Amino acid sequence: MKGKGKALTFFILPFALLFAAFYLAPILYAIKQSLYKVERKGTFGKATEVFGGFDQYQRVFSDGPFWESIGRVLLFGIVQVPVMLGLALIFALLLDSGLVKGRRFFRLAFFVPYAVPGVVAAIMWGFLYSPNLSPFTAVTSSFDLLSADLVLWSMANVVTWVYVGYNMLIIYSSLLAIPQEVYEAAKIDGAGAIRTAWSIKIPLVMPAIVLTTVFSIIGTLQLLAEPAVFRSFSSAVTSTYTPNLTVYSTSAIPNFNLAAAFSVVLALATCVLSFAFLKVTQRGGDK
Amino acid sequence: MKRLAPMAVMGAATLYFLIPIWWLLVAASKSRSQFTNTEPLWFADFSLGDNLSELFAYRDGVFLRWMLNSVVYTGGAALLGTLLAAMCGYALAKYRFPGREAIFNIVLSGVLVPATALALPLFLIFSQFQATNTFWSVFLPSLVNPFGVYLARIYATASVPDELLEAARLDGSGEIRTFFTISTKLMFPALVTIFLFHFVAVWNNFLLPLIMLGEEKLFPVTLGLYSWNTQVNQIPELRMLVLTGALVSIVPLVIAFLLLQRFWRNGLGSGAIK
Repeated sequence: MKGKGKALTFFILPFALLFAAFYLAPILYAIKQSLYKVERKGTFGKATEVFGGFDQYQRVFSDGPFWESIGRVLLFGIVQVPVMLGLALIFALLLDSGLVKGRRFFRLAFFVPYAVPGVVAAIMWGFLYSPNLSPFTAVTSSFDLLSADLVLWSMANVVTWVYVGYNMLIIYSSLLAIPQEVYEAAKIDGAGAIRTAWSIKIPLVMPAIVLTTVFSIIGTLQLLAEPAVFRSFSSAVTSTYTPNLTVYSTSAIPNFNLAAAFSVVLALATCVLSFAFLKVTQRGGDK
Repeated sequence: MKRLAPMAVMGAATLYFLIPIWWLLVAASKSRSQFTNTEPLWFADFSLGDNLSELFAYRDGVFLRWMLNSVVYTGGAALLGTLLAAMCGYALAKYRFPGREAIFNIVLSGVLVPATALALPLFLIFSQFQATNTFWSVFLPSLVNPFGVYLARIYATASVPDELLEAARLDGSGEIRTFFTISTKLMFPALVTIFLFHFVAVWNNFLLPLIMLGEEKLFPVTLGLYSWNTQVNQIPELRMLVLTGALVSIVPLVIAFLLLQRFWRNGLGSGAIK
């Protein structure tokens, strides 16, 4: 029994220490920082940190651009996440249907964009959208894809392009795991491919879809690389375009206390949204 | 006839996914003047070699340095991080001890914490130790992978039978030796999956290096390309370097995927189903 205790320490301690140092400590530190504020005696006086209570949070809640950026990523997510996961589901069902030849090829081709880092994907698409550089001049000359009206959806396209294949693979893997016997009854009842997909396959891969949705919600609220890169292609992207960009530019001013408060609010919002989504889908599943 | 519509959908999607990469390959093979004057989706005079040597020579080869940094940051963090996550997940799956569920739940809630919310407080903590702008300030936080622990636990439960561990104990094998000689082999597909997820996450992590690093020599390639791209308006010749560099930066991950893809499909599925 003693050997087991030693082994347990050996297995768990390294991860636990790093997790405490680089996950728990930063969260606690951010919360602490967000409760302080910097005070100066006079304009050029020495800066001192004093306890400020919820002062920073008051500033966060009255910060118009920050809430605009939250609204922007929510709008982005409401449109982009269903489109991306809908496409991923359709592609996965088609791959699984037996109607498609060359499955290995498609699986790989759709997954290749996932190998492109977000920053690099954004740079690449930035070029593709630029009117004088794009190979699609027919499109870019009639629509300004980098204008204030469209640039959010141009970014949505970049994110979709990178992640559809990845989500498709997760859903496809769980389709492959469904035992063949499940389909026999449907076949006997004379259900066609679409009916089988709708009534059997989709309900059975629901857990995979929920998982990918939660990850997508988290990803949407964290949008950073794409807007940061697009700032050099389009003047419509401001330094507070997404919440993360706001955090970054606030910390660059620097106002660390306010930036910490932004981080805390953002982390809470992410957790609340993810949990709320899980709860809603679980209730649906119980019926 | 029935296959026609599905194949058409898949074909159109393939074009959507691959044309941008094809364009990048073509663009990186052109000289600066031909880039704007020739057919964007087809090759002109093939100057990829010239572009590459210019890329690698620019500012004393800083781009190669970035690539190397990225490989060390991501490869190192993914290897070590996978090992640590696997050990922890395995212990949570195979041993009963007080506090087991508490540890698991804390780690699991770590999955929901956005990594970007951690970057700024990490910067503040590291700056208290005067350790920002160092290799370790990016490397150490990248080792932690809560999702890896979750996957490792699920997979260890499913693929490492208790009877086998009992048998190993009867044979006098220590717990740690059993883990490294027997359990890791059984968990191998899951380990590959965790490694790949971790690799991609670190490779893509942008905010942490952006906030931590000031010195160009320490940049990963993503941050390097980003900083060049922001200077394109002042230094136009950087444009071809950005394009060529973007192409080069994709290559290692594509190779990693091609080499590892046959291992990770199973693990991916088992993580998603639970």
